Amino acid sequence: MDSPDPDRPATHDLGGNPRFRCTPVEPDDDAPPSDFDKRVDAVRSVLREKGLFTVDEMRFNIEALHETEYFGLTYYEKWLRSVTAVMVRKGVITWEDIK
Amino acid sequence: MAGTPLPESVELLDKLVAALKRRGVLVEEDIARCQTQAERAQPETGARMVARAWLDPEFRALMLRDGTAAAEAFGVAMAGAPPLGVLEDTDRLHHLVVCTLCSCYPRAVIGYPPHWYKSAAYRARAVREPRAVLAEFGTVLPAGVQVRVVDSTADYRWMVLPTRPAGTEGWSEEQLAAIVTRDCLVGVTLPVAENARIAA
Repeated sequence: MDSPDPDRPATHDLGGNPRFRCTPVEPDDDAPPSDFDKRVDAVRSVLREKGLFTVDEMRFNIEALHETEYFGLTYYEKWLRSVTAVMVRKGVITWEDIK
Repeated sequence: MAGTPLPESVELLDKLVAALKRRGVLVEEDIARCQTQAERAQPETGARMVARAWLDPEFRALMLRDGTAAAEAFGVAMAGAPPLGVLEDTDRLHHLVVCTLCSCYPRAVIGYPPHWYKSAAYRARAVREPRAVLAEFGTVLPAGVQVRVVDSTADYRWMVLPTRPAGTEGWSEEQLAAIVTRDCLVGVTLPVAENARIAA
């Protein structure tokens, strides 16, 4: 989430980040989303339709991930963690449900 | 990032869905319906919008003024999706779309974003050295063309209206749409007449 050092950008604020200056973009990194990916996306859409989840909540909870998870998890794994965190926080489900 | 989810993530998804079902929040059909709708969004829709804009000045004006309405005219359900903005390339100006903070992309119109669009390298470098990134896609802009990089946001999604390439005079809308790829709509490549998949 927020970086303790105001001069240092937050983890997700990647624009111009020198850490990736020498990392090539891989145009061939183009595999279609997996069944897992599509299902996470679809669950997210259902919850949005039902008024239980917004894009801002999605982003806030992805940006709150620790750097290790932010760069270590796949894209839709991060979405899943965000959706789950919001559902628990809102009391839609409980931690016991997903233990 | 591409890759296989961890076993614990697969398990978490199963548990989350089971809990949501048990608590009456959703049913399997809801998930299937949303997935079908997501899969229906394809780059071809954006390509057809571009081809129409090349041929029909009135549609072009609509698309630049109100991308959401232009997408709806092509049957895209935009309700609940962030608005679509369309960036018009000219002979002197090229647009490149990125999302530096996350991965915002006009999903509702052109489908799931490619992995590279979500990669740290693309997000970090597109705003710092766009021409180097373009070169990695094999795109070299003619001298004198300015690059404008546009950062998508959670609340507004961008798509590029490229310039119509030479050699496409007299082509039908279908022929024109066939040379507009997903990558053209993001601005990392340019449509070229030689790529025609339908004989002119």
